[in-house]
Amino acid sequence: MARGQTGEVARRKPNGDGRFAADKDELLRFYREMLMIRRFEERAGQLYGMGLIGGFCHLYIGQEAIAVGVEAVREPGDQIITGYRDHGHMLACGMDPKEVMAELTGRIGGSSRGKGGSMHMFSMEAGFYGGHGIVGAQVSLGTGLALANKYRGDGRVSFTYFGDGAANQGQVYESFNMAELWSLPAIYVIENNQYAMGTSVERSSALVELSKRGASFNIPGEQVDGMDVLAVRDAARKAAEHARSGKGPYILEMKTYRYRGHSMSDPAKYRTREEVDEVRKTRDPIDHVEELLEKHGWADAAGLKEIDAEVKRIVADAAEFARTSPEPDPSELYTDVYTEVRA
Amino acid sequence: MTDILMPALSPTMEEGTLAKWHVKAGDTVKSGDVIAEIETDKATMEVEAVDEGVISEILVAEGAQEVKVNTPIARLAGEAGASPPAAAPQAAAGDPEKQPPEKAQPQPEGEGAVAVVPAEPLKDPELPAGVTLAKVTIRDALRDAMAEEMRRDPDVFLMGEEVAEYQGAYKVSRGLLEEFGARRVIDTPITEHGFAGLGVGAAMTGLKPIVEFMTFNFAMQAIDQIINSAAKTLYMSGGQLKTSIVFRGPNGAASRVAAQHSQDYASWYAHVPGLKVIAPYDAADAKGLLKAAIRDPNPVVFLEHEMLYGQEFDVPEGIDWVVPIGKAKVRREGNGVTIVAYSRMVGLSLKAAEILAAEGLEAEVVDLRTLRPLDHATIVESVKKTGRLVTVEEGWGPFGVGAYVAAKVVEEAFDWLDAPPARVCQEDVPLPYAANLEALSLPSVEKIVAAAKAVAYR
Ligand SMILES: Cc1ncc(C[n+]2csc(CCOP(=O)(O)OP(=O)(O)O)c2C)c(N)n1
Ligand SMILES: [Mg+2]
Repeated sequence: MARGQTGEVARRKPNGDGRFAADKDELLRFYREMLMIRRFEERAGQLYGMGLIGGFCHLYIGQEAIAVGVEAVREPGDQIITGYRDHGHMLACGMDPKEVMAELTGRIGGSSRGKGGSMHMFSMEAGFYGGHGIVGAQVSLGTGLALANKYRGDGRVSFTYFGDGAANQGQVYESFNMAELWSLPAIYVIENNQYAMGTSVERSSALVELSKRGASFNIPGEQVDGMDVLAVRDAARKAAEHARSGKGPYILEMKTYRYRGHSMSDPAKYRTREEVDEVRKTRDPIDHVEELLEKHGWADAAGLKEIDAEVKRIVADAAEFARTSPEPDPSELYTDVYTEVRA
Repeated sequence: MTDILMPALSPTMEEGTLAKWHVKAGDTVKSGDVIAEIETDKATMEVEAVDEGVISEILVAEGAQEVKVNTPIARLAGEAGASPPAAAPQAAAGDPEKQPPEKAQPQPEGEGAVAVVPAEPLKDPELPAGVTLAKVTIRDALRDAMAEEMRRDPDVFLMGEEVAEYQGAYKVSRGLLEEFGARRVIDTPITEHGFAGLGVGAAMTGLKPIVEFMTFNFAMQAIDQIINSAAKTLYMSGGQLKTSIVFRGPNGAASRVAAQHSQDYASWYAHVPGLKVIAPYDAADAKGLLKAAIRDPNPVVFLEHEMLYGQEFDVPEGIDWVVPIGKAKVRREGNGVTIVAYSRMVGLSLKAAEILAAEGLEAEVVDLRTLRPLDHATIVESVKKTGRLVTVEEGWGPFGVGAYVAAKVVEEAFDWLDAPPARVCQEDVPLPYAANLEALSLPSVEKIVAAAKAVAYR
């Protein structure tokens, strides 16, 4: 692909070469999980507008297929880590929408007891290691998770998500080198949504094909249509097998798009409304699965509506919980600074 | 039937103008459709529908001003089970991550670096007769300082994330790309350690870079280059290699951005010989001190405050306004207690002083402006008058600015102290996200008032 041209990977047809096969239950599950993220994020946007969520709030709308597709191949004990655009990953890995939403509103019912907020959430139960606000930091951390896996020899792999902008941080390459040098079971999932805040990949990167960023370290990489949950799932499976079998790290460059601004208050003047609309119309990951379901006769409009209604109910409950869960007790201010040392 | 509410673009937005309706009663909308445009004093944003349905009624007419957040602006006849009210703000021409508060909030030195202190006592420039003052925001004062210095010296250039095409993440570099072009206003990738190093390297050849960090939280990625390369090189090279460079950006806690994005680095940098460290409060100082920083032959860390960017202050117009580095300013005179503060904390201290005055305690408020080199003469002189010291900083107390100021006062004015110094700081915890905990954690007017009364035994 020529420089300056990040054009989409053409959507491959499902069931064409067998790689993209999916059965009814799996496809319905993907549909529901992606819809859950979308509705959750729409609601988070609303709550932000109502002043219930403060600070920064980065929505995952448009990128749902990635977190959901990768999750499909994760095995128990495999870890996930990402940056601040993290709500989707948390829902995909099984965290309760209530505790995620309540963290967004800074309430005691939140997964970090209201102390972390949108960008800093964690769930050891779900194998979710954050939620990190410093661009690029999660890449070294995720590589460290892989180091621990190798150290323990427990067959686990780590999935480290980061953006196209984060891909320019120096510590990414320090991590790549060690990961390959020591054959660490690390899967790097680059969510290339084409912009880092207001800067397009073309304006920030000498080499725009981010899948090749591991080449000088000998790390295999490939571009994936990140708007196609089945393509994501299959690529993630291949990468996980590579890492799990002791062959070392793997890079997946997910071509995707964020529909909303970088955060809630981004005017997004760096791209046109038409560009956004075009992606929504032609590449939407949820529409895509909807089409597949209908094509196979696995769901009809009424069935899908039912799923939507159920998802909306769960999201509404989460929002209600997040609104009514109390603020943390003032004594919480001083707890969790240190782990207590017991005699 | 659900109400569509006036959305807030930022946690601090209270009202706005309903600039334009894109829909009318009877129109069908679906989620994601732009239904209206809203304006605040610094931004416009599109409002998107978050539900499908038919607009049954427009409740607030196009052009209406001062529409309070959460006021119903239209009514949507939705489908059964459709999700509740409100619209989602889509975008604003303001700060990218978040908006500084709409409301105005009121804003060190080293030791050995004696060589940087001129023989003449430092004074702010006299205002020539006939000079007028204009109301300027801190944001624009900083921009004007950079623009004036870039016009004056072709070796001055600006680099950082989103400084050019996006006009600055917080719009501080608005218009600079248009005036000076892409050679001198440079958008960098997200590579703080790298571009800070590039800046220092360029400075080694005599260029005068201004390196903007989107916030100082991200300068932690680059702190090695700031300290090991910029601060120490003159010394290590036996005086051969100067680095005239400014590292600038917002510092301290914004609003609800939590632990990793809310830190005051004043004491970190003020600890380091070879650096000068500035943290202005008002717009005249922001402008005058930034111009001085750019002209200074040393590396300067220039700490701004996001919550102050939108505030207006008087700034002298039409003159080359340069404020000397290393001179504190007494912002309010009083003989009951000395309150020493910098950056945004000066504003809180001035408010506290008003409250104290009403209760009969006259506070003298000293704005440090420069942290290194610290103007201890001004502090000590004040304490000799009041006999009492309160320091205020947004950062953590241990090993902090207040600790150092108090130590200087104890060393130089011990016999004049009538009470042990008190320090108002951020609580000794990472900044929490929850609104109530955040408020408890940060210094406040009330905490300053209480500390002043305590040292005055009231
Ligand atoms: C070290 C650091 N520098 C800058 C920032 C400010 N910042 C937050 S997100 C962001 C853009 C990141 O873009 P990308 O990696 O493409 O992720 P996306 O937001 O598109 O998901 C920037 C510059 C930060 N949080 N940390
Ligand atoms: Mg991106």
